[in-house]
Parts: sequence; structure tokens; C-alpha cells
Amino acid sequence: MLTRLLGLLLVFLAGCAQVPLRGTGDLGVVIERATGRIAIVESSTRSILGQVDGLGDLSHASLVFSRDARYAFIFGRDGGLTKVDLLEARIVKRIMQSGNAIGGSISQDGRIVVAQNYTPGGIKAFDSETLELLSEVPAEYAPGSFSKVVGLADVPGNQFAYALFEGGEIWVSDFSDPKRPVTKRYPAGLQPYDGLVTPDGRHYLAGLFGEDGIALLDLWQPEKGSRKILEKYGRGEEKLPVFKMPHLRGWSVAAGRAWLPAIGHHEVLVADATTWKETGRVAVKGQPVFVIASPDGRQIWVNFAFPDNGWVQVIDTLTGKIVQTLQPGKAILHMEFTPRGEAVWLSARDDNRVVIYDTRTFQKLGSLEVDAPSGIFFTSRAARIGF
Amino acid sequence: MRGFWLLPILTLLPALVAHADDRTALIRMVRQDCGSCHGMTLKGGLGTPLTAQALSEKPGESLVATILYGRPGTAMPAWKTILSESDAQWIVGHLQEGFPEERR
Repeated sequence: MLTRLLGLLLVFLAGCAQVPLRGTGDLGVVIERATGRIAIVESSTRSILGQVDGLGDLSHASLVFSRDARYAFIFGRDGGLTKVDLLEARIVKRIMQSGNAIGGSISQDGRIVVAQNYTPGGIKAFDSETLELLSEVPAEYAPGSFSKVVGLADVPGNQFAYALFEGGEIWVSDFSDPKRPVTKRYPAGLQPYDGLVTPDGRHYLAGLFGEDGIALLDLWQPEKGSRKILEKYGRGEEKLPVFKMPHLRGWSVAAGRAWLPAIGHHEVLVADATTWKETGRVAVKGQPVFVIASPDGRQIWVNFAFPDNGWVQVIDTLTGKIVQTLQPGKAILHMEFTPRGEAVWLSARDDNRVVIYDTRTFQKLGSLEVDAPSGIFFTSRAARIGF
Repeated sequence: MRGFWLLPILTLLPALVAHADDRTALIRMVRQDCGSCHGMTLKGGLGTPLTAQALSEKPGESLVATILYGRPGTAMPAWKTILSESDAQWIVGHLQEGFPEERR
């Protein structure tokens, strides 16, 4: 018995010794969508530090970081919510919180993690320490009718803004009292598919699938209500099929403008981020999925829906012109800039590889073997509003 | 003369291989690309579930039409520029039985 205890103690001590003292500022997570696994990566050395298994169905997984950037909260398609310790590369806690989830967010004070769900439609708030359920807001937009929730984003004041796909509304829930959220509703339009909050936390935008336009809510003056911008951008042109829904986040704002994917048109729409009037459009290779600005706002990298998902294009925000067209690999699903933007990491799902490009020279810097990679998330997100 | 019997087999072989490749590509496409809305496990997401349980009772022809021509008013696009009618029929048949997993 004593020897067994001693043995356990030794294993425990050895375990402690294996975690060297280090920061998390250059760490990140890559989702391995097909295997329910994540890879913990380091951008400084462009290497994989470890892998964590057993996260369930990660086919549409996203994650947020704790404010100390040590833990990742991973939201799986199957409703799984897993808290992972990046330094120890292990699961701290895992719960099944719904039947079908799409993502989540973390509050301004870092204490509340909120999941957005398709089934049952609504949001659920959890204690970020324990993952204990605090409260929920069912997305019941009409008596007995529940909506899928999209575009959840944290906004200042421990509030969360999100959109209702079937309900056609923007909701803002205030979790000042985490157990008793207070929700306000605003009209959005037909079938909001995703949403974003601008980096300053002021404006919430919901992209619309069912009509040409974007719903805008000024969170500094919510009493003025929501309005529509970039209305009727298709101008009667025939809509092209959308084989994959675009994704929106606060990375869309750069150089004083918002750069947004058009729906059913192979264009990036550009709007002034003060007046919200259209200032231009950029014709691109396919249906844009991610339209992501580099941290300095000089470049916009765009990837595309099937069948153009082998291409990536780069727009220079100064000229509004495409300066680079790349073929980084098969099925480019996601892109993430290193915290200060000297490099961009891209997931090439069908090559089972993450490829890394220099953003100045557009030269390939290297690659990492990762099984069917999708989302790439660097810990610099921990300090950003709306991530 | 003796080697002649081999010829028909040799000419058939590439066709068979191509056929198997097509099926692998179709399985991958359904799991990965249809899966971006319907879920990789096909249990549903923004799109409806495509499990055998959800589809086995539905008329095959209307499902084929949904794939080829989309469903107006929803996010389901028309895949006719990508998939042939026989591709769509093959997909529907296999969805109704429980769709094969991708070989990895």
C-alpha cells in the first residue's frame, strides 16, 4: 500500500515537473474536426505542443479562451462544452449542454461562458470556473416557436448579442445578474446567418441570408433600434448558389471600413464603419466564407465556399484591390493571424495540414501535420471584444 | 493470340477504378461539404438531419429534386452544377439506408 502511494506520488511529481513554467501568449488551438481532437500549437516555433482527445463531434467547433489565456472552452456540434487546460494539455471539465450547438462566447469579466444552440434553440450561460449552468434564454420568438441561434458575441457590460435564424431578430441579453438575464429584442430581417460585434464593442451586425442586406444595432444607443445597411446590394442580379454559409466576426473591420462577404454574389462588400454607407465592392473568386483583416488592418484575406475552397485571395485595404491569389492547399477552411500579423495560419482540411504564410512576402513558411484541420484559434483572442 | 482474353479486362479496369474514386469523392463530399450545414454526422445543423431515420420514409424522387434544384426560401442551394442526376440518386439511396463513413 505504502509503496503504491509512494509510486503515485512519484508519478504526480513527475507530472508536475513535465510542465515547464511558461506563458500562453503564443499558444493556440487547431480543431481536428474528424477525430474529436484538438492540437495545441505554438506560433513562435510553429510547432504542435500536444493533443487532447475525446472532445466529441467537432465538425463545426469553435472556442473561446479564458481571460488568462490558459484555458480553452470548446463548443462541439453535438452540444459538448469542454474546458481544456492548454499548459497541461488535458480536459479540466466536459459537459453535454445541448443537442446541437454552433459556438459560444465569454463575458467581459470572464466569469460566464455562453453557448449558442440550434437544438433546443437558445443560449445557455455557464460558470467559467465550474461549467455549472447559471441560466438560459430560450430563443422562443413566438409562442411555441424556437429559433436556431447564430452570431453570438460578447459585448461590454456582461451582455451578449446574437441573432435568431428563423426568428429574424437580434437579441441582446444582459447577464449583470448571471442567474437572471434580461433580454431585449430588435428586428433584423430574413434569416440572419451570423453576426459580429465591431472591435470597439459598439456595433452589432447580423448578416442576412434571406435578403440582401445587413442588420445593424448601435449598442451605445440601443434605444434608437436596429436598421439595415448595404440594403439590396444584389440589385436584381441572379443569386449564385451558396454551398457554405459565410462566417462573421469582428475581424471584418479594418482601415475604417467593414469588409463583409456578399451572399450569392462573388464579392466582398465594403462599408464605411462610421456612416455604414457602401463605399465599394471587390470582385473575388468565389462565395466568400471568411473575410479576415490582418491585425494592422492593411490586408484582408478571403477564403471561399466549395467548390472554390482551394483558393485564397488577399485584398490591400489601401487600394481596395486584390494583391495576391494563392492556392495554399485542398479545402482551405479557416485562417488565423498570429497576434501581430507577421504570419497567417491556414487549415487545408483535405491535405491534413496547416500551412503557414508570411503576410509580407506571401512565401510559405512551413506546415504542420494535423488531421482534417478546421478552426485555428490563437490565444490573442482572449483579450478581444467579440471573440 | 493467347494473351487476347486479357484485353477486355484491361480496358475495363480503369473504368472500374474511376467509378470507385467517384464514390469515394461523393462520400467525402456529402460528409464534408453537405456536412457543413447538415453536420458531419448528418444529424443536422443549420440544415435538417440527413440520417436514415429522418429520410427513409420520404419519397426518393423529391429528395433527388431537392439536391439538384435546391429548396427556395431555405439555405439549401441547387447542386445541379456540381452533381449529376445519377450522383444525386446514389446519394439519396445511400442516405436513406444510412450513409457510409469516409474511409480515412
